Amino acid sequence: MSLVSIRDVRKSFGPLEVLKGVSLEVAKGDVVAIIGRSGSGKSTLLRCINGLETFQSGAILADGLAVGSVHTNLRELRRHVGMVFQQFNLFPHLTAAENVMLAPTVVNNVSKKEARDTAAEVLTKVGLSEKMDAYPSQLSGGQQQRVAIARSLAMRPKVLLCDEITSALDPELVNEVLRVVEQLAKEGMTLILVTHEMRFARDVGTNLVFMHHGKVHEQGPPKEVFAAPKTPELQQFVSGIG
Amino acid sequence: MSDFSVWIIVKNLLWATQWTIILSLIAFVGGGIVGLILLFARTSQIKPLEIVTKCYIEFFQGTPLLMQLFLFFFGVALFGIEVSPWMSASLALTLWTSAFLTEIWRGCVESIPKGQWEASSSLALTYIEQMRYVIIPQAARIAVAPTVGFSVQVIKGTALASIIGFIELTKAGTMLNNATFRPFLVYSLVALIYFCLCFPLSFLAKRLEGRLNVAR
Repeated sequence: MSLVSIRDVRKSFGPLEVLKGVSLEVAKGDVVAIIGRSGSGKSTLLRCINGLETFQSGAILADGLAVGSVHTNLRELRRHVGMVFQQFNLFPHLTAAENVMLAPTVVNNVSKKEARDTAAEVLTKVGLSEKMDAYPSQLSGGQQQRVAIARSLAMRPKVLLCDEITSALDPELVNEVLRVVEQLAKEGMTLILVTHEMRFARDVGTNLVFMHHGKVHEQGPPKEVFAAPKTPELQQFVSGIG
Repeated sequence: MSDFSVWIIVKNLLWATQWTIILSLIAFVGGGIVGLILLFARTSQIKPLEIVTKCYIEFFQGTPLLMQLFLFFFGVALFGIEVSPWMSASLALTLWTSAFLTEIWRGCVESIPKGQWEASSSLALTYIEQMRYVIIPQAARIAVAPTVGFSVQVIKGTALASIIGFIELTKAGTMLNNATFRPFLVYSLVALIYFCLCFPLSFLAKRLEGRLNVAR
């Protein structure tokens, strides 16, 4: 059974239809890379999965919970669906460890001590064990993004949504973040990534989704799709990137 | 002789100043508490709550404070409830202060980047938890300077309580003027005392503003 199941989702911002009937199945352990031009609806789709955006029709099931209705238990949903953003969005008034500890202590009522142990564990995992007490302003972009990943991991999510998480980084900082994501993929974490890193999508992804004009235009195993794109739009997109 | 009466005037004005300070503190602390509650309602994204608080704020911002004092003092008496000038002044000033503080603080809350809301939402925090742990700690930094600045308005606002018979600095000045017939002297002293109360606060607000801007 799919961990995340998206069926014919439609979403408009006013008169502009951004998602025109998107369907997608994500199984446990999948690493889904969503690519496409800006404005093709990639980020909107991702934000619909954890209820940051509402949609007008269709259905999304995430870990068995129906998303998008007024009755959706968003708290329960978001405990299991983590999200990492392009702009990191760390809490600037809290240290790295406090950023990571906040949700476990507040949402899951974990004790401070236990939360700090978890923080140490996940920050070590992203290679920042020595930065526990640093404030976000004292960290580089790549380090901040790794703290953001650790912050999501501390909630032990079943799915991690990554919204162009390397797009705001200086080129030399991209790899340190991608390495962390790759490690997560190896450990079996289910990931849905909106990305512009084609090489990463090809090498790490288990499923590539090309979105075009608010629809899933083409999808399949990344290596096959990249080697032989079927649709002219994807051919053009892939060649355009070079 | 003349020196002696100046001393008497000063002494009486200083005595009355304590009531100006106490009334200001009540209005400011009370208004802060009510304002904080209203802030949660105002930014809750729950439509009915937002509309009710918006009407409340518009009422207190859009009518003269003096009229509000009259409403509390004379208006409530119409319902057969006896209210002292003390009580009605505290209440009216508290509510008036709360309306302005809510608006000041709302601006600070809204200046926090949307990403902070989205990140904390994604971590399953509820609205109240987001406000408490993520938004207010950041907004409070920005709010300090304008809040301290507004406290000056509260102190000056207490002068109106004199009209409903509450004896604070302005009322004491009026009474002393009636007794001594030296309006220029009396009201100069009254103004001087107000200035001594307010200036350190505006100065502090300016300083805080500068410092927080640098830190950003």
